Amino acid sequence: MSETTSLTEARPAPSTQHHPPHLRINVEQASYAYSPRKKAAPLFTLEATTFQAREREFVAILGPNASGKSTLLRLIAGAIAPLSGRVELDGFETCHLDVRTRAQRIALVQQESPLIFPIRAGDYVLQGRHPHGRSLWFEKDEDFAIAENALAQVGAEHLRDRWMHEISGGEKQRVVLARALAQRPLVLLLDEPTLHLDIRAQIDLLCRLRRLADEHRYTVIEVTHDLGLAAEFADQVVLLHRGKCLRVGPPAAVYQRELLEQVFEVPLEIEAGPAGRPRVIVQGRRQETAHPQG
Amino acid sequence: MKPLTLRRVLWSCALLAAVLLGIVLLALRLGAVPFSFADLGQNLWWLVSGHREKISTDFRLIMVDIRLPRILLGIVVGAALSVAGAGFQALLRNPLADPYVLGVSSGAALGAILALLAAPAIPLMTPAAAFLGAAATIAGVYFLGRRQGQLDSGTLLLAGIVMASFLSAMIMFLMTTLASRELRGISFWLMGDLSTSIPRGLLWILVVGFLAAAGAILTTASDLNVLLAGEREALHLGVDVTRVKLVVYISASVLTGLAVSVSGAIGYVGLLVPHVMRMFFGSDYRLLIPTSALGGAIAIVLADTLARTLIAPTELPVGAMTAMAGAPVFIYLLRRRLA
Repeated sequence: MSETTSLTEARPAPSTQHHPPHLRINVEQASYAYSPRKKAAPLFTLEATTFQAREREFVAILGPNASGKSTLLRLIAGAIAPLSGRVELDGFETCHLDVRTRAQRIALVQQESPLIFPIRAGDYVLQGRHPHGRSLWFEKDEDFAIAENALAQVGAEHLRDRWMHEISGGEKQRVVLARALAQRPLVLLLDEPTLHLDIRAQIDLLCRLRRLADEHRYTVIEVTHDLGLAAEFADQVVLLHRGKCLRVGPPAAVYQRELLEQVFEVPLEIEAGPAGRPRVIVQGRRQETAHPQG
Repeated sequence: MKPLTLRRVLWSCALLAAVLLGIVLLALRLGAVPFSFADLGQNLWWLVSGHREKISTDFRLIMVDIRLPRILLGIVVGAALSVAGAGFQALLRNPLADPYVLGVSSGAALGAILALLAAPAIPLMTPAAAFLGAAATIAGVYFLGRRQGQLDSGTLLLAGIVMASFLSAMIMFLMTTLASRELRGISFWLMGDLSTSIPRGLLWILVVGFLAAAGAILTTASDLNVLLAGEREALHLGVDVTRVKLVVYISASVLTGLAVSVSGAIGYVGLLVPHVMRMFFGSDYRLLIPTSALGGAIAIVLADTLARTLIAPTELPVGAMTAMAGAPVFIYLLRRRLA
């Protein structure tokens, strides 16, 4: 497999094992305000947020609906420029990176867009090679090999010739992830990747992401409102509430009962689980309280 | 994953070019004065090899002066409308987009009429005004078709259809109140017609304009593939979305303006042809744009030949032929989409 050669080709020289993991994403006092019209009062603000993400690290941006999670993700992706502060990838501000360069380094898995013409999963994954080619260009053998490899990494080789609109939600999410991997990025960003998946598919996806971070040096940053899964898989949690960043740290440090009760507005209990990872037990009779507003 | 190679693009184009050549020969032969294929071949050979003096007078009058220019015009118009249709479908992310359905052709026709009324003497004024009319209409339809910042497919189509009917009413009004020698018949502007002869110089301008605008769209072909799979994602897959949309917007408007200024508003070609090509060759824009151009040429030449021979000596406007074939396909696509 051309795995190792292509990996080093697509990325800068990897840091050696002895040094501390390389700092990839640096969010420094970044804020953002969204207003529908230019002079109107901002409808939504994200207050100054600071955190860092290193290679091999899995970060969960956690919070209830409308807490500013997706805005923070878009800031990191460079789709929007911060109002103040900086968002950097390897020292470069992401919003100032050229579109193609950015797409070679940051892959963003967004919530599903409708497809208007049928496309096969294999061709969909091949689109991940787009930032590496010129505008009117035919894919090379190398691109096909990378796309195949990306499909294999998410265990979806068998879906290659299937139509995207005919496969299940869980399968589709894996193909979308494969397209992101075909970009050969340094950073993988995911916007609620487990949203419409059943629990088995959720665990499967997060295990894959965990493994990608551990084995392939990716920095994985996902937006989620799932307290339990974030505690189980993330190295670091960024807790947002109504546009404020309340706490950043490993799950054990962030998961404090009063804090989470205040943010998620449900009574809950926290236990120490294995490997120092907290476990959240939602109390009350209502079963849907894990999604307080939705 | 069947790799798309330059070879496959060229072979597909060669196949369509051969079909086009066959249709052209047929179109040259059919008509009030019949020629045998042998005669036709002989005279055509003399024409292209430079032995013009050997060509018979009959042939020169009928073929070189009437049928051939009309066929060439049909080829350019058909190619322009089809590439514009494929472009609009990507720009608006709507498989039912077509210059005629969205009112863009009517906008171009109105622009052309206004230019003919205001400044009939300036030669390039008509196509330029037709381009402006097309560009303004598509911008209008785009903004009317948005709901809460999202382009809504149903709203967009309705906005286009209403726009088309409004602009047609304006054309009717102008044509009825300001009868002018410079204007062609009302059915020319509303249905499209290839029967009026245009100066040879204009034909060349048309060809050059078509090549430039279609070439511009072709350079964005692989960006369009990504754009079609999701506009929000396209930005994060390295597509300069604003630039690509601007290129396609201007080029598709130019193509529509060019076609309408010489042939009126011929409908449904831009819808029909890209869809047929997708059925045969897949929806990759790198292949779709050249095949649509050739397919559009085939469709118009065929439709025009039928239009002028079906009930000869009376001629149908070519737009009536394309609408008869195109409207049912539009309904079929609409039903399949909503199913």
